[in-house]
Amino acid sequence: MTDLDNLLASREMILVAGSGGVGKTTLAAAMGIAAAQRQKSRVLVLTVDPARRLATALGLDEFGNTPVRIAPRHFKKLGVKVSGELYVAMLDTRAGWDELITRHAPDAEIREAVLANPLYRNITSRFVHSHEYLAMERLHDLHATGDFDLVIVDTPPSRNALSILDAPRRMIDFFGSRLLRWLTVPYRSRLFAVASRPFNQIADRVLGSRFLQDIADFFILFQSMERGFVRRAREVESLLVDPRTAFVIVTTLETAPTHEARHLARELDARRMSLGAVIANRVLPARLADPAAAASAAAPAAAARGQLAADGAARLGDVSRDDVATTLRKLAAGFDDVALVAAREAERRAELASLSATLVAVPWMPGDIHDVAGLAELAKHLRSAA
Amino acid sequence: MSSAALLDLDLLWVTGKGGVGKTSIAAAIAELAASSGRRTLVCEMDSKGALATAYDAGVLQFEPTEIVDDLWAMTMSTEDSLREYLRLFVRMPLAGRLGPLAKTFDFVADAAPGVKEILGVGKLCYEVREQHYDLIVVDAEASGHIVSQIGAPNVIADLVQVGLVRDQTQWMREILEDPDRTGVVVVTTPEEMPVTESIELLGRLTSETGAHPSAVIANRVLPARFNRREHGVIERLPTALDLLTDAAGGAVEAVLDAARITEDRRRTGAAHLDRLRAAIVADAGLDPDLPMITVPELFTARAPGPRIVSLLADALAEELDVVR
Repeated sequence: MTDLDNLLASREMILVAGSGGVGKTTLAAAMGIAAAQRQKSRVLVLTVDPARRLATALGLDEFGNTPVRIAPRHFKKLGVKVSGELYVAMLDTRAGWDELITRHAPDAEIREAVLANPLYRNITSRFVHSHEYLAMERLHDLHATGDFDLVIVDTPPSRNALSILDAPRRMIDFFGSRLLRWLTVPYRSRLFAVASRPFNQIADRVLGSRFLQDIADFFILFQSMERGFVRRAREVESLLVDPRTAFVIVTTLETAPTHEARHLARELDARRMSLGAVIANRVLPARLADPAAAASAAAPAAAARGQLAADGAARLGDVSRDDVATTLRKLAAGFDDVALVAAREAERRAELASLSATLVAVPWMPGDIHDVAGLAELAKHLRSAA
Repeated sequence: MSSAALLDLDLLWVTGKGGVGKTSIAAAIAELAASSGRRTLVCEMDSKGALATAYDAGVLQFEPTEIVDDLWAMTMSTEDSLREYLRLFVRMPLAGRLGPLAKTFDFVADAAPGVKEILGVGKLCYEVREQHYDLIVVDAEASGHIVSQIGAPNVIADLVQVGLVRDQTQWMREILEDPDRTGVVVVTTPEEMPVTESIELLGRLTSETGAHPSAVIANRVLPARFNRREHGVIERLPTALDLLTDAAGGAVEAVLDAARITEDRRRTGAAHLDRLRAAIVADAGLDPDLPMITVPELFTARAPGPRIVSLLADALAEELDVVR
């Protein structure tokens, strides 16, 4: 059993984090397959923003927010042995917010008033990093149902991978904030409050009192849900440090994602959150960085004008000596470019090795991964890599 | 595409999915514009500091820093923008007291749709109106946020019925919706998700904002290195592996690996760019001749910085036919 197998077997919640574009969604799905292969258990992968072809391959187009089981025939067809059950679900932010409001609203009147408020859609889509918070909420819910032995969450693309760690805290802070107090003080008394008078004067003049009143109305409604929201956010926050939870950081070996991965690992450590593994994705074969390979690339370049081209042409048949010579020269030049990247990757990999006891390198694979076969292939790499 | 179309605008938004090289491209466009004699301001909207890294310029401020001749760089700050706005338009000099006030305002701006964005967009439009620069290049928010940024004046006009801000949305929209003055460049890489996001963004830009896409920049595109005959040679080279090994040593397979990997990446990438072109042509709201500018992959061991920006500017100069 590999370290990653161990991790997937021993935890109940896995949060997959990292920069955008490194393959988080795909790897979250592949980890789901790896877990279901190893264990006789029910595994759920909650994705946020899957590529459309991948979503279609997983049957997500029709089902959206509710978990859907990937039919065993998909695996059987491929000769992939899966002992558990694999489910996938997609995070629907809008539906998620509506659910939250429905759950926390003290009565039907307030619920309807919030849902109908013109600011509601606008506000929920941007404040307190609602995507991140909702992903965590959903994880909490799905885990709490007890229907799944393992829930793997693909975290939302965000400008800062850290924002997921702070999302519940921001939600709690928001309800305790001066802003909310200020906004929800009756409008008339607000105007006379000495402390905020200059602000009110400016805000009224610039934004118009009507707009401010609209905002205030909304937040007064919102405040009635404070208790439920805050209690819930605390529960969600505690999931992050729960011993049953682990983070898996996904990165490529490019400069910016590696930098982000290291930053994220440090922050997890500072917050006493558990880093289960680091996955380096789309890694070039290490032998490309081997000096012997560089020598091999250079040698035919020098010899290209000579005997090799002639011999090669003779062996391959119906190609000209010139074509062989040009091809060899271009191969050498192309190799130098790739070798440079491979050498840089080797350095980055060494940097990542210090972050976690479990560093899994997933090799670069041809084409895009957009079907169960591709995911199963990826899962194989996850399970074989040490 | 002629340089006139892109560099002769007043305001150019540069956006794209995170990780595609948006900031480096914005920095390179600005450098190119400046080196062709245009007074250029480049503004980073998300204050992550990537623009400062691109120019190796220390920390950028709201007050523009001169990078080289004709090139200034700044970072957007809601608080500073508000301060300037109050001074210029409301005639409220509040320099000393603005600290806690701005903090509260920041809170409101965080929650209320369009307020934060309008302060950023307003500053940019103000600079356009005052003609302090020939071109303002915006290292804008990533594609998820750019629509609400450019569309902020529309949102504000819808939500805010009275007040100074509403009154000012009109002239901003005139600037933002004029294709001769304002354009949007969508940066992508030849990969699945960035291309998909670019297609969605191009559609949303035209349907939800009045802004006009000016070009797509495909970054990190691998050039086609081999012609058809040479591909034939590569395919059959493994049958001559012994000859190659004799001539070049045992690691010759790694060389062939490298070629295979590069060629597969190139082919996959080209297919994604074809998909992008087809989507542009198929979208009735888009100009079917929307230029697609290709910037080659720079194989380099360097981290983002001035050297990369200059290489990108050179590549863009060639594509855009800019005389420097």
